[in-house]
Amino acid sequence: MSWVRTEMALAQPAPTSVRGPVAWVRKNLVGTVGDTILTILGIAIVAWVLPQVINWAFINAVWTGPDRTVCATAAQGGIQPEGWTGACWAFVNAKFGQFMFGTYPIEERWRPILVAILFVVLLVPMLIPRVPRKGLNAILLFLVLPIVSFFLLIGGVFGLPHVETSRWGGLLVTLSLSFVGIAVSLPLGTVLALGRRSKMPIIKTLCVIFIETVRGIPLITVLFFVSVMLPLFLPAGVTFDKFLRALIGVSLFAAAYMAEVVRGGLQAIPKGQYEGADSLGLGYWQKMGLIVLPQALKLVIPGIVNTFIGMFKDTSLVLIISMFDLLGVVKQNFSDANWATPQTARSGLVFAAFVFWLFCFGMSRYSMYTERRLDTGHKR
Amino acid sequence: MASQEVLREESSRASFINDPKIRSLFFQTLVVIVLFGSVWWIVQNVIDNLQRLHIASGFGFLRGRAGFDISDTPIAYTSDSTYGRAIVVGLINTIIVAVAGIITATIIGFVIGIGRLSQNWLIQKICTVYVEIFRNIPPLLVIFFWYSGVLAVLPAPRDSYHLPFGSFLNQRGFYFPRPVWGEGSWLIVVALLVGIAMAWFVARTARQRQMATGQQFPVLWTSVALIIGLPLLAYVLSGFPLSFDLPKQSTFNLTGGFQVKPEFLSLYLALSCYTAAFIAEIVRAGIRGVSKGQTEAAAALGLRSGSILRLVVVPQAMRIVIPPLTSQYLNLTKNSSLAIAIGYPDLTATAGTVLNQTGQAVEGVLIMMIAYLILSLVTSAVMNVVNARMALVER
Repeated sequence: MSWVRTEMALAQPAPTSVRGPVAWVRKNLVGTVGDTILTILGIAIVAWVLPQVINWAFINAVWTGPDRTVCATAAQGGIQPEGWTGACWAFVNAKFGQFMFGTYPIEERWRPILVAILFVVLLVPMLIPRVPRKGLNAILLFLVLPIVSFFLLIGGVFGLPHVETSRWGGLLVTLSLSFVGIAVSLPLGTVLALGRRSKMPIIKTLCVIFIETVRGIPLITVLFFVSVMLPLFLPAGVTFDKFLRALIGVSLFAAAYMAEVVRGGLQAIPKGQYEGADSLGLGYWQKMGLIVLPQALKLVIPGIVNTFIGMFKDTSLVLIISMFDLLGVVKQNFSDANWATPQTARSGLVFAAFVFWLFCFGMSRYSMYTERRLDTGHKR
Repeated sequence: MASQEVLREESSRASFINDPKIRSLFFQTLVVIVLFGSVWWIVQNVIDNLQRLHIASGFGFLRGRAGFDISDTPIAYTSDSTYGRAIVVGLINTIIVAVAGIITATIIGFVIGIGRLSQNWLIQKICTVYVEIFRNIPPLLVIFFWYSGVLAVLPAPRDSYHLPFGSFLNQRGFYFPRPVWGEGSWLIVVALLVGIAMAWFVARTARQRQMATGQQFPVLWTSVALIIGLPLLAYVLSGFPLSFDLPKQSTFNLTGGFQVKPEFLSLYLALSCYTAAFIAEIVRAGIRGVSKGQTEAAAALGLRSGSILRLVVVPQAMRIVIPPLTSQYLNLTKNSSLAIAIGYPDLTATAGTVLNQTGQAVEGVLIMMIAYLILSLVTSAVMNVVNARMALVER
């Protein structure tokens, strides 16, 4: 029986025509004539853009310097050779404190830093699913932290000097506007969405009118509305802080969009869930809070995070009602005669774009991660 | 029947407070009372405040002399025109930039979105980088980048960039030849309209013939020939009435031609780039939403890859794409209000100036809100018509 093979034949490696880098290139880059043309086009684009970007941002860039001379060519009154273009990171470096805190008094800047540390300390365990005590964490983050930060940032108590909100600026304003916006818009949006699906005609109509009106007009108009009209709505002598007005505008605006996202989730829950809750004898709020909303909100996590990202980006619009968020402070500093060069605006804006990008990209990646984690497998 | 009646009566008698009808009536009455109370309070305050500031309410101020200049005026406007006309100029500017932005964003968005689904690894990555960059930075920042970062640092008019077709680019904007319509040029316009009408007619009869007999007709080339050929013929026959006013370079400025100001250019480019990233994602989701079986079945029927895309994949993808595309168009229109940050006189900017000059805050904000609401409603209505034509026709 020597012709019967006794040991298993080992699997042969795939032929070289379907594996290895050559096969990969053949499949993904030069499969057909059209593909080859596209690849050449792509290489041309990369070869044209990438060296310019790297040269500008890193190789030719100026990292430190006292004033505009380091970022200007000789003809513009600086020290750089003719034809030089490079990022002026020295400008960003010199103005970094302002970009972060605006005109917050320098000796008081430990306060926003402390708030930021508290925020990170509370946020990180909130984001990591394995860390226990989420309920306590959420209460600390969404109820205690805002109150503590309010007193820390505004001051005027416990011997802390008072800092007016008009002196706040930079990333501090961007982050506090978006944090409060997020914390207010999600519950408010959920209530509006429930109202829109309510069986009571008056409540339903009011919610529809609010949502559709706010969604139909630009945020600038809403900000105009709260900055120009709110003072008219109140009795003479009562004034509102400008920062608070912007907060109200941004929160209301985001709530309308959030309401539509949550409504999508509510509509996706099958009727059986509602009826099942009814037949268990649950009241309206029990039915919604225990059965429907947990499922609905989970379904629309991507939409909710998209709204958060949109709102984070939209906070930059407050510069139009002359408040200085990150973008506003960067733009304000273009007119600083000490730093005015052709490269200043570009460098400042690229820096601001990078900061915004980091936050938004981080949020979108985290939402993708959560979506995968909460995916129970039975998608509807 | 009778037992049901009894049951209902009993339950309502047993729990008066828990009756959903009475509860809903109670809560709605409460809401109405609170709402009317606060509205009344607000109206009282507004009236008091306006009286205190000596501002007359009403829309009479629209007939007053504006007294400010507008840099881009698509219709005749001087500082002697009325406030009402200033607001109309702003509205037209908003529409111009929104329409131009929508067209460009759609083209870029479709190209990038299809590119992200490409088999080609390099193209796919380039498109992904584009989308991830523009989706995650604020539109206002993109506008500033074009305005202060790119267009403001272009050379002065003396050292303008020379572009093809006699156009120029410098820090005062983009200059291109302006067509001058001479005597008899109406013939060209008429020829163009006739060409379009004939192309439409040809397409219709060709489709009917294909349905009836299965014979095909080269509709595309015939239409191109009609739409381009007829006006050309008219141009030659009427004795070359159309000429071009070329921008000419002098020492300090460019004269002649048509100037596109940097404010418009940066707003338009920024809105197009920004919205295109979102449209690309919508297009990608739409094409991926068409199940693979459709493509395979079409291939099994013997259709070529171009026909598969045109006849099977795209019509089904459009059904998924159009509703979110509509909301992106609305977003673009609303984002055009960011024009105010760089001084392009759109609706928000002109209405804001009027509002500041007259102090008519209530009326000004009301006009803005209504104008944008109408723009949004018109856009949605148009897109709903398109959507209805694309929707699945069920038996």
